[in-house]
Amino acid sequence: MRRTMLFIPGNSPAMLLNADIHQSDAVILDLEDAVAPGEKDAARMLVRNAIQSLDYGKTEIIVRVNPLDTDYIRGDLEAIVPLKPDLIMPTKVSDAEYIHQVDQMMNEIEEKHGIPVGTVGLIPLLETAEGIENAYSIAKSSKRVKALFLGAEDLSTDLQAIRSKKSDEILYARGRIVLAARAAGVEVYDTPFTDVNDDEGLLQDATFARSIGFTGKASISPRHVSAINEVFSPSLEDITYAQEVMEAIEEGKRQGKGAVSLRGKMIDKPIVDRARKVLEAARELGLGGTHE
Amino acid sequence: MEIVQNAVAGTLESNDVFVSVEPGQGKLDIVVQSIVFEQFGKDIFNAAQEVCVQLRVENASLRLEDRGALDCTIKARVETALKRAGEVNNA
Repeated sequence: MRRTMLFIPGNSPAMLLNADIHQSDAVILDLEDAVAPGEKDAARMLVRNAIQSLDYGKTEIIVRVNPLDTDYIRGDLEAIVPLKPDLIMPTKVSDAEYIHQVDQMMNEIEEKHGIPVGTVGLIPLLETAEGIENAYSIAKSSKRVKALFLGAEDLSTDLQAIRSKKSDEILYARGRIVLAARAAGVEVYDTPFTDVNDDEGLLQDATFARSIGFTGKASISPRHVSAINEVFSPSLEDITYAQEVMEAIEEGKRQGKGAVSLRGKMIDKPIVDRARKVLEAARELGLGGTHE
Repeated sequence: MEIVQNAVAGTLESNDVFVSVEPGQGKLDIVVQSIVFEQFGKDIFNAAQEVCVQLRVENASLRLEDRGALDCTIKARVETALKRAGEVNNA
């Protein structure tokens, strides 16, 4: 289960070395914005060697590569794809054609290295107005696409909006990207909360993101990881209720009842589906309920 | 690979290594300075030499100022410095 994705600058040996100690479900090893133009070659070799040599345990590895309109992306992919990271994150993705071109480059690299084509997945970063408008077609553009990721900082600039802590300016984009991802059957991740010292603000922002359907949230600070993990994990109350739902359904079947109610409410298919997802997440996270 | 110009890579921050490369005087020279030279000086030298062999660099002068870098970091920084010194464009 991927609730948090922690950004790690690709040209920082100390941070790469300790990338997996912050309890983030995934780390994003960044070759793009966190790396100065003159150090792109250095970061690429450092990240490649880190993935080859360091053991990140159960932490998923995502590598953010440079945009398609730069000279760097092919070199980034050639260095990283053969190492089979969990996901590649293409940036400033504007439309399905962008993904087709990345897909084609990855096909060639996988074939060249004897890796089954399609092994390495994609999590496109949508951070332009055009990218948000095309979110559904981007999500459906390739079987490699496993999730969409919203980038609010560049998006706000593109929208000519004023970036605020309350984030009203990205409300439509958040709803739009969640809808597109869910319609396409892929996961969806929210933009980082950038005020490292505002714990209450982070909690509100993450709670809102979860409430409208995001799977998880990225972070630029290790300090934010545990709060995000907690928000995107099922609570004990959620787990207990989900167990009661499943038990009520089973009891209904035993009694031959067509309709079942719990706590005075009818249990229908969406409630059962939600309960299953909660229990699945709880199992994956090793969480348990108290219901007997 | 022919070393045609001076180049550097890395930093003097903790866990990193600063590598300087110059065209050689007919052979490969590698000088290592490290805060952990007594324990790992030979390993650092070997890591740098291994990258030189892989890239077929036989005539160069390398200087490594190590700040406790891991093997994978040393190799990445040496490779970066050599490629920068061996090519004009390395994007």
